[in-house]
Amino acid sequence: MDFVFKNKRIGGILTILPKKVVKFEEEMGNYSFSPAKCMKLKLAMGYKEHRIAEPGQCSSDFCKFGLQYLFDNDLLKKEEIDALLFVSQSADYYMPPTSNIIHGHFELKHDCLCMDINQGCAGFELGLIQAFMLLEQPSINKVILMNADVLSPKVSDRDRNSKPLIGDAASITIVEKSDDDSTIYANIKMDGTGAFALNIPAGGFRMPSTSETSVMEQDDAGNYRSKDNLVMQGDDVFNFVQREVPPMIEHLLEQADVQKEDVDWYMFHQPNKFMLNKLADKLGVPREKMPANIVENFGNASGVTVPTCISFNLGEQLTDKTMKLCMAGFGVGLTWSSIYMKMGNLLFNNIVEF
Amino acid sequence: MREKIIKILTELRPEFDFNEDVDFIDEGMLDSFDVVNLVTELDSTFEISIDGVDILPENFASIDSIEKLLIKNGAK
Repeated sequence: MDFVFKNKRIGGILTILPKKVVKFEEEMGNYSFSPAKCMKLKLAMGYKEHRIAEPGQCSSDFCKFGLQYLFDNDLLKKEEIDALLFVSQSADYYMPPTSNIIHGHFELKHDCLCMDINQGCAGFELGLIQAFMLLEQPSINKVILMNADVLSPKVSDRDRNSKPLIGDAASITIVEKSDDDSTIYANIKMDGTGAFALNIPAGGFRMPSTSETSVMEQDDAGNYRSKDNLVMQGDDVFNFVQREVPPMIEHLLEQADVQKEDVDWYMFHQPNKFMLNKLADKLGVPREKMPANIVENFGNASGVTVPTCISFNLGEQLTDKTMKLCMAGFGVGLTWSSIYMKMGNLLFNNIVEF
Repeated sequence: MREKIIKILTELRPEFDFNEDVDFIDEGMLDSFDVVNLVTELDSTFEISIDGVDILPENFASIDSIEKLLIKNGAK
């Protein structure tokens, strides 16, 4: 499904990371691999260290910290917020919506739309598309897109498929109306037949958490996890990404009438270095134009990886320059989505620690 | 090419004999992370980039299948 938008822009990006750093070497004793094989895995996948929330810290806490930072530094005014989107797989409660909790915490105006969206790896792109659609309304001039996930408590310490790469983080993106009429191109695709390629079996209404769902079991590859833990069918996800993402990007750039070499940066979701390098090679894009350094430095925090990639790799460059960015997210759902747009003159584009 | 493939496999999993006529995946001689490391080594040795869509277990099940994969991806 293709989308086209005009007169919209990203006004600023703030990434909020936990202070706690956990190194790969500290955890590799939990995996059923020899130390030598673990080190090979580290090199191939680009694992080094990741950021993990402290016990009790929820996704909303990172969003609240980030919003308070923006208010305190006069980068955002409460009365400007017309919509508050919270895109996450780790809501505070089944009810109420986490966006409403954040709305209440800051006593924001009543003329404000709050919306929670359950989405992960493509959550930044899905959130932007939703924000752009809301901005078509005359009453909405500024949307605050919050991507946040604290999923590390749901990942087994003895699961080498997921534990080395998981990260916790949040980002706040200001999406607003603009006089710039350059076109934003986007697309999104879904395949629910692969919905369980990434899943947490227990804890919802279908299979409530019980003492039985917390029992650790060994899989064929030697990983231990319970039904309360996140499961990733790594091979299936890898094959899906390699099959579906390159044609999606080709289609996006064709729609935008842009040559691959004219794109300044390919800011993609960050599952691991190996997967990203293969995508860059397949697309014929220089690997240095597709940064793959977020998992090794911070971990994979689902929909937060693309804004983290932009903040970490471009930082202040985007506060005074305009660049052509191709962004893409792919994963849980299965969902895959991409956006091509010019981005620049941001009011802020940085990382803070909470 | 076959000698180079066997050398890389043996360095990766020295406990197995890759000259044997068995399915490397079914016999547990290579797991998915071995395949990642193997692809990295093959890419580097043969100066190619194996297409991501070809990274399927069946393409790493034997010396013959790996050789076919390399030729398909431009190895000489």
